[in-house]
Amino acid sequence: MYFFIYAALLLLAIRLRKSIKLLPIAPKWNTPLYGIALSAIGLYFLVNDLVPRDEINGIIIAMVLLGVVLFFNKEPDFKGFSVMINAHYPLIAIALIANLTALINIKFYNKYDNFFESAQLAAFGWVFLRVATSKKQQSELKRISERKDELEILVAERTTEITKQRNELQETVKELQATQAQLIQQEKLASLGELTAGIAHEIQNPLNFVNNFSEVSMELIDEMEEEMAKGDMEEATAIANDIKQNLEKIRHHGKRADGIVKGMLQHSRASSNVKELTNLNTIADEYFRLAYHGLRAKDKSFNADLVTNFDPNLPEINIVSQDVGRVLLNMFTNAFYAVHQKQKTIGGDFKPKVEVSTRVISAANGKELEITVKDNGSGIPDAIKDKIMQPFFTTKPAGEGTGLGLSLSYDIIVKAHKGHIDIHSKEGEGTSFIITLPLA
Amino acid sequence: MKILVVDDEADVQPLFLQRFRKEIKNHEVEFNFAQSGEEALDYLKDKHSEVVLILSDINMPGMSGIELLTHIREDFPNPPPPVVMMITAYGDDENYQQAMAKGADDFLTKPLDFNLLKEKLKNL
Repeated sequence: MYFFIYAALLLLAIRLRKSIKLLPIAPKWNTPLYGIALSAIGLYFLVNDLVPRDEINGIIIAMVLLGVVLFFNKEPDFKGFSVMINAHYPLIAIALIANLTALINIKFYNKYDNFFESAQLAAFGWVFLRVATSKKQQSELKRISERKDELEILVAERTTEITKQRNELQETVKELQATQAQLIQQEKLASLGELTAGIAHEIQNPLNFVNNFSEVSMELIDEMEEEMAKGDMEEATAIANDIKQNLEKIRHHGKRADGIVKGMLQHSRASSNVKELTNLNTIADEYFRLAYHGLRAKDKSFNADLVTNFDPNLPEINIVSQDVGRVLLNMFTNAFYAVHQKQKTIGGDFKPKVEVSTRVISAANGKELEITVKDNGSGIPDAIKDKIMQPFFTTKPAGEGTGLGLSLSYDIIVKAHKGHIDIHSKEGEGTSFIITLPLA
Repeated sequence: MKILVVDDEADVQPLFLQRFRKEIKNHEVEFNFAQSGEEALDYLKDKHSEVVLILSDINMPGMSGIELLTHIREDFPNPPPPVVMMITAYGDDENYQQAMAKGADDFLTKPLDFNLLKEKLKNL
């Protein structure tokens, strides 16, 4: 029976050699495995000649096989073939038991030799069975690894594709941001355009005063000289006082015009985003007048009652005044537009009225400034209340509104200044826009 | 001759007083001022018979000059009705037509030419 154990040793060496043929460890093990296979054959003939008893022969070869199997098991290079290698333990064990039994008690062995022999055959067959299973596992593993490679190629392709798409999207986002910046600038210029007439009116008035007061002052100087010639020093002094007052007025109106031009330039410039202490009453008043005269200049039939309820003790607030000014301008323009629309529809006794109020309120997290712009105009229909803050939403005819006013206002008040915009509106009765800005 | 000047700009008052310095001193004219249409109507309630000339700005917050003119023509029709001259920074045709249609006697544009105004006063 020992022939099977030699055969097992020979086959193990040959199979291992075949299995590793395509692996990087092949060059290292090719020769040793070949040697083991050859040694198995050589050993078979040598031991057969030298050892007279089959039982001892069997024990020797079983021990050799055990040694080889233990060696392979310890060798990390053959880790992947443990199923094939371990399959030899039953054969070794049965061979040792059978041959030892025969050596110790040949009678007992002979009585049960059928059993011992079939057990060894079965163990030999087990090796083949395990080898076959292992081969199947190997090919399965190979298939999986091929599939894995395919998938990896696919994943790499998809990744490239996605990266490309992401880069394209980033480009698009950049373009959109640039377009948005352009739109914001255009919106500013558009609102400036609406103001032009108002600004012209606002500048014309102080300029008229400058011209008139300087003209009249020249006349007064002539008169003063006449009075001095007459010796009426009292009258001359009175005239001199008037002249002094006039010069003060010329300066005042000059500054007024100067302030309007500066405000206009500031309005059209890109925002500096620098917060500075600002008196909200001042900018609210300024833009209130500009918005009113802007609309008046476009439509002479328009008239409205302008009411200001400014809190005289309003503390200064740290804001980007130019941006908040734009928000107020937008609110005023909308309010005037709303009352104008109502006036056009119902006409008659309707008295358009726009009211702006400022006050300090106490909120949960400190004091806040509240500006309310209230009109008695056409109001906002419920159906569009949710949409009015959306960019590009406008109820004005094409070409008259950009639809960006309120959405930009929202960005400026809520995002940049951590404030709120509340809207109370009833269709046909009017609208209140309430802006709150935190003081600290 | 009593003249009522209606303008929302407060500095119009010293301007008129100085421009008509001599005339006021010689008691040829007497000026009164109102800063809004409402204020003007209030003043006219008692004094409309004394006021000979009303000079009114058109563009004022609240009651506009045109509305004031309409009220004056409706409320004080009794002869002799006051002469009303409208003054505006917007000297366009539309404004002019509107003022004349509502019964204005004359139409002046800003900046006011005081010499022209004085000429017009002489002919009243």
